[in-house]
Amino acid sequence: MAGRLAAWFHRRGWSDLIVALPYLWLVALFLVPFLIVAAMSVASQAPTAPPFAFGGDYPWINPAAYVRLVTDDLYLRSFLISLANAGVATALCLLLGYPMALGLTRAPRGWRTVLLMLVILPFWTSFLLRVYAWMGLMGRSSWFNRMLTEGWNALVPIDQAVASVPLMNTNFAVVLVMVYTYLPFMILPLYASLERLDPTLDEAAMDLGSRPARVFLDVTLPQSVPGIVAGGLLVFIPAAGELVIPTLVGNAGTPMIGRVISDEFAQARDWPMASALAVALLVLMVVPTMLYGRHQARAEGRGDPR
Amino acid sequence: MAAPFLRIEGVSKRFGTFEAVRDVTLSIDRGEIFALLGGSGCGKTTLLRMLAGFEEPSAGRIHLDGQDMTGVPPWERPVHMMFQSYALFPHMTVERNVGYGLKHEPMTAAQRADRVRAMLDLVQLAPLAQRRPHQISGGQRQRVALARALARQPKLLLLDEPLAALDKKLREHTQFELMSIQERTGVTFIVVTHDQEEAMTLADRIAVMDRGAVQQVGPPAEVYEHPASRFVANFLGSMSQFDAVVTGIEGATARLEVPAFGTAIEAQAIPAIAPGERLTLALRPEKVAIHHDRPEGPNVVAGEVRDLAYFGKDSLYRVTLPTGELIAVHAVNARRKGDKRPDWHDRVWIRFDPASAILLRR
Repeated sequence: MAGRLAAWFHRRGWSDLIVALPYLWLVALFLVPFLIVAAMSVASQAPTAPPFAFGGDYPWINPAAYVRLVTDDLYLRSFLISLANAGVATALCLLLGYPMALGLTRAPRGWRTVLLMLVILPFWTSFLLRVYAWMGLMGRSSWFNRMLTEGWNALVPIDQAVASVPLMNTNFAVVLVMVYTYLPFMILPLYASLERLDPTLDEAAMDLGSRPARVFLDVTLPQSVPGIVAGGLLVFIPAAGELVIPTLVGNAGTPMIGRVISDEFAQARDWPMASALAVALLVLMVVPTMLYGRHQARAEGRGDPR
Repeated sequence: MAAPFLRIEGVSKRFGTFEAVRDVTLSIDRGEIFALLGGSGCGKTTLLRMLAGFEEPSAGRIHLDGQDMTGVPPWERPVHMMFQSYALFPHMTVERNVGYGLKHEPMTAAQRADRVRAMLDLVQLAPLAQRRPHQISGGQRQRVALARALARQPKLLLLDEPLAALDKKLREHTQFELMSIQERTGVTFIVVTHDQEEAMTLADRIAVMDRGAVQQVGPPAEVYEHPASRFVANFLGSMSQFDAVVTGIEGATARLEVPAFGTAIEAQAIPAIAPGERLTLALRPEKVAIHHDRPEGPNVVAGEVRDLAYFGKDSLYRVTLPTGELIAVHAVNARRKGDKRPDWHDRVWIRFDPASAILLRR
């Protein structure tokens, strides 16, 4: 018996084990917690700790949280705000990140490493610290805000003068800090996909009569679509569920869903509602990811892009 | 006399302190296939890129069909290039690749489609119009690149190592196809290659380049049979070379003392040759005959077969001369019976015609 086990192990064991590891990881740390959250979302609130209870009548499911999700304005509005904020942040990241990624690929070889380091350098500092730095910058009495205020007041008629530029606790601040935070996640996949492009293709297009702007539209842009999609997802998905940034620099009037989920858990202690929102957010995020997966599969079906 | 179709006038290109192309002057006629031949780093590709407009000459001018090309960007030049890697657009079908340049032409959609079809017919790829570059073979890709470069009917087509990526059989076939397409379209071709055989079969004229400069220009036979320098002689085909001293001149014939042969030999004199001059005597293997019995006439040297390679249709011998130096002899195996062929360690006589010996100044 032990001999046969050892034989199996030597024949296939290693490869099976290596393949199984990521699946075990996903099951233990994603699927099981998700099932727990999904179960909580159909439980009932209860004055216990933790504050929910299963059971009740057949079919042992309480859809109250989901009903509220689609009927209560607050939840739909925060979903929409989240999607809009994440969408705008993604678009801005793309607009800012594309020229940077393209510039990186055109930089002299020696410089590239340095510039790439600069892109990832912010990760060496705590994320919270960086958000606090932005809060400091945007706050009413900061030198930055005072400078902006003076500039604004000098440009506009006296009746539109302000005491300080309203930056903190606005939706604008949320988008601004999200763009700042997620920009590297856009630049890096874009750089990876642009860096693989053959510069001879640009020359070929130029040789065939295309000016540089045309070359970009015809050759560079279509070939960088995988990078755009990857960067877009890497920014959009975490941005849509963002909790820390809207909590620290946002306002209650334009709530993002991450903050609402957190408040339901911690403040309202309505765990079924919070779980239902989390499940809904996950489903919402799975759709674009699956679209991306299909796009990738199709790209691979087309074979090596070179 | 009319100005040449393409005139390259004293063109140089420096990258920092490195001079990639030095003072190249060439005239190329309309409808010619012209080859730039040289090893890697000889400047042939830089010269080609200057013709395409990707590099500007540091000095000199390029005139094409009466127009000065200085400062004209690549997208405005009536010059198209077939890249060594073919540089096909991977995200476009064969058809769209071929038609890419045509969208800059004042044509209707129907005219454009007609031209693309004509080009695909020219390279016999019409059935593959909807494929993408990675779905076709290397040889087919090469033909797509050719069709794409020809679609806008350029005045000048530049081909960068057009056959380098193909296997041997396909290369031979494609060579003739390229020549026939050139003949049918009448476009002037400039081919860059490091392969002397490719240059010789394709080109009407060859410019042999070394270290940025043109060493010799001429039709293939002239460059091969009358190399102007030791570099050209060595680059095109193989040669055995020996030191020689001129001992006398009799009309068109020079008498030479060749220490390696241990005997005096005769060779065709070169201009301005004087007794006492030290020269290099170069012999192409196929111009030397190998015999079992001592043949009649001048330029006969004794030797021993040191090495032989039998290729079927011909054989290559390496013969040790009395002084120990080696000479290569290439003989066609015209007979089937092998017993007449020299074998290892046979004592043989070699002989060459005075007109076949090449004299080169050092």
